[in-house]
Amino acid sequence: MATQTPVSPVADRTTALRPSGRMLEVLHEWVTTVDHKKIGLMYIAYALVFMLIAGVQALLMRIQLAVPNNHFVSPQEFNRLFTMHGTTMVFFVGMPILFGFGNYLVPLMIGARDMAFPRLNAFSFWIAGFGGLLLYFSYFAGSGLYAAGTAPDVGWFAYAPLTARAFSPGHSTDYWTLGVLLSGIGTIGTALNIVTTTICMRCPGMKMSRMPLLVWLYFVTCCMVFVAVSPLTAAQIMLMIDRYLGGHFFDTQAGGSAVLWMHFFWIFGHPEVYILVLPAFGFANEIIPVFSRKAIFGYPAMVGATVGIGFISLSVWAHHMFSVGLGPGANAFFTFATMVISVPTGIKIFNWLATLWGGNIHFTTSMMFAVGFLFQFLIAGLTGIMLSVAPFDWQLTGSYFVVAHFHYVLVGAILFMIFSAFYYWFPKMSGRVLVEKLGKWHFWLFLIGFHLTFDFMHIPGMLGMPRRIYTYEADRGWAMWNMIISSGAVLQAIAILIFVYNMVWSYFKGPVAGPDPWDAWTLEWTTTSPPPAYNFAVLPTVESRRPLWDLKHPEDPDSNYE
Amino acid sequence: MSTAAIVPHGTSEEWKLPSRGIVGMACLIAAESAVFIIFVVAYIYYLGKSLSGPSPHDVLELPILTTICLLSSSITVHFAVAALRKGKTSMCSLWLAATVLLGSIFLAGTGHEWYQLIYRDGLTIRTNLFGTTFYSLVGLHASHVIVGLVLLALALVFSLSGKVTEEHAERLEVLSLYWHFVDAVWVVVFTVVYVLGR
Repeated sequence: MATQTPVSPVADRTTALRPSGRMLEVLHEWVTTVDHKKIGLMYIAYALVFMLIAGVQALLMRIQLAVPNNHFVSPQEFNRLFTMHGTTMVFFVGMPILFGFGNYLVPLMIGARDMAFPRLNAFSFWIAGFGGLLLYFSYFAGSGLYAAGTAPDVGWFAYAPLTARAFSPGHSTDYWTLGVLLSGIGTIGTALNIVTTTICMRCPGMKMSRMPLLVWLYFVTCCMVFVAVSPLTAAQIMLMIDRYLGGHFFDTQAGGSAVLWMHFFWIFGHPEVYILVLPAFGFANEIIPVFSRKAIFGYPAMVGATVGIGFISLSVWAHHMFSVGLGPGANAFFTFATMVISVPTGIKIFNWLATLWGGNIHFTTSMMFAVGFLFQFLIAGLTGIMLSVAPFDWQLTGSYFVVAHFHYVLVGAILFMIFSAFYYWFPKMSGRVLVEKLGKWHFWLFLIGFHLTFDFMHIPGMLGMPRRIYTYEADRGWAMWNMIISSGAVLQAIAILIFVYNMVWSYFKGPVAGPDPWDAWTLEWTTTSPPPAYNFAVLPTVESRRPLWDLKHPEDPDSNYE
Repeated sequence: MSTAAIVPHGTSEEWKLPSRGIVGMACLIAAESAVFIIFVVAYIYYLGKSLSGPSPHDVLELPILTTICLLSSSITVHFAVAALRKGKTSMCSLWLAATVLLGSIFLAGTGHEWYQLIYRDGLTIRTNLFGTTFYSLVGLHASHVIVGLVLLALALVFSLSGKVTEEHAERLEVLSLYWHFVDAVWVVVFTVVYVLGR
């Protein structure tokens, strides 16, 4: 490649070196790779596998709850199902899929050839992957080597003192602790890498004020990882000390405090929600402008709102703990902080609406998911404001209303945006466009299934149905609602199967994408699809926030207006 | 902004970004600080909440000498980096050796303190909440000291075998940042555990 003559970035058509020959060589190449794109794809593949597993767990739970007095699974198995579903979806689906996209996109978008620390990148992926395997290994070895295994059954937030040796004998809780601990170490490594890449690897002219908003969002997310995921790591170390060395951190009989675990967990747990949602906002920031054929509205306000969310999200954790009895001062503070965070979030929604306003909107599948995200995220935010009021929370905490609220955020907002990102960046990653017709089926079926499940889930919650019960009596008036919820879950499962089929089919036979199928404006579309190992033959130089627009429209570059 | 568009080549020459190593280490320090904060908070939260003795007042003694050793090792590692920047590799080795020695004295001091606590005062990690939080917090710090000492000793070995030159000054600086962080954490631990908590 050294002899290659310099070419302008948009004209770079060199193809990636195809892995030649046998399976073993290909496997060896993927296992030993330090290329950010391959690691990103491995993150995404790994997350998709776990998403299918955790999705099946959700389906099993919905089958169990579809009718009253059901005995489809045992109560013990039900406890394991919701624990594994929650832990898997947060730590082994949400985090890796978002870091997968981040790994793939951040260096491409800032015009870099790789991450700042490629080997640390590979280490972070494999250690996080090992964490996921360890969690599921508990199914085989949870009770120790001599007996049949069981999975963890302490809930995804594993409240003390349930996790003490006396109440959780065997090793299933240890597998949970170790799995989450390793995933946390991998997360911190990748976050460190993305922050350093963003600061130190930008191509000439890519000032912080010109970075694509997705990169900004990942930057803020990863800074939050340092202060949010580390406390969880610390708390898991304490739990290990309690369980293995006989410590008393969360041992209430020796004066330890169960509430302290709640604080430590939610100091991680609530920023975690924003760590998951900010990359989803980042996807929206790239996808909505491209399919509205307009530059993003209010770039500085978007950056400011993101940083604002990052800071405020660190001071809202105790709204998960109103029912503990924190006292009026703390209740008022956390109610206030939780409400305040809706202000920067509202700024973002208005900016997206203003970007759509007057635009020439192209309703591709990607854009449809993004529009669905806008509506659903608004509703999720509104129930969030309801729950932020301490007296209202006292009534509904631990009910299906809360389950409906956070699934509205995690599925209605984050998962919808992840699907949108798949339809948008799959051409870049594979070289082929996902088939639109199947995509529309996926969208409409998933949309209907989502609303059947999670709209109606609010109602049994308000009727008093607690979360985590494995069955209920027929005379409670919850039966019809639960049947609707479960039927929605089936529709969503069908939609996911269509999506998986679409990805496999399009990978082999989809329409060829070319370098820039969406007529977009950021640097990743200047290279081939998929990009070569070195990303850019010549490092690009950037003059504005939309470098590819400048290249396509030299007569009217963005730099005249910024 | 409009001037930047007219001279596209002007930017590439002035385009300077911070060093990867230093930014990466700063990120690691941020993450590690959060871990330490949680352990310090747990220590403070459980002060005086132990259901049985011994209490910090009964058994803890101010580790003045070892603290002086650890804090001065921050100065010696700084001198090592400064010497390497000027290309004085033998001076760098000397200062690195001093740093490793001072760090080792600190570690030995902690070891001695733990030996006394366990065998003289009967305080283990199982004894009470004070034991649990004390050994966790001080042990977490000591494990960071061990990691730092291993890395510094490696740098010393490379330096003695003549493999460290002026161009490695930045790498040594990254390591020294970590060491400064370990020292700064000790200031907090010392204040909380031995001064305020006693």
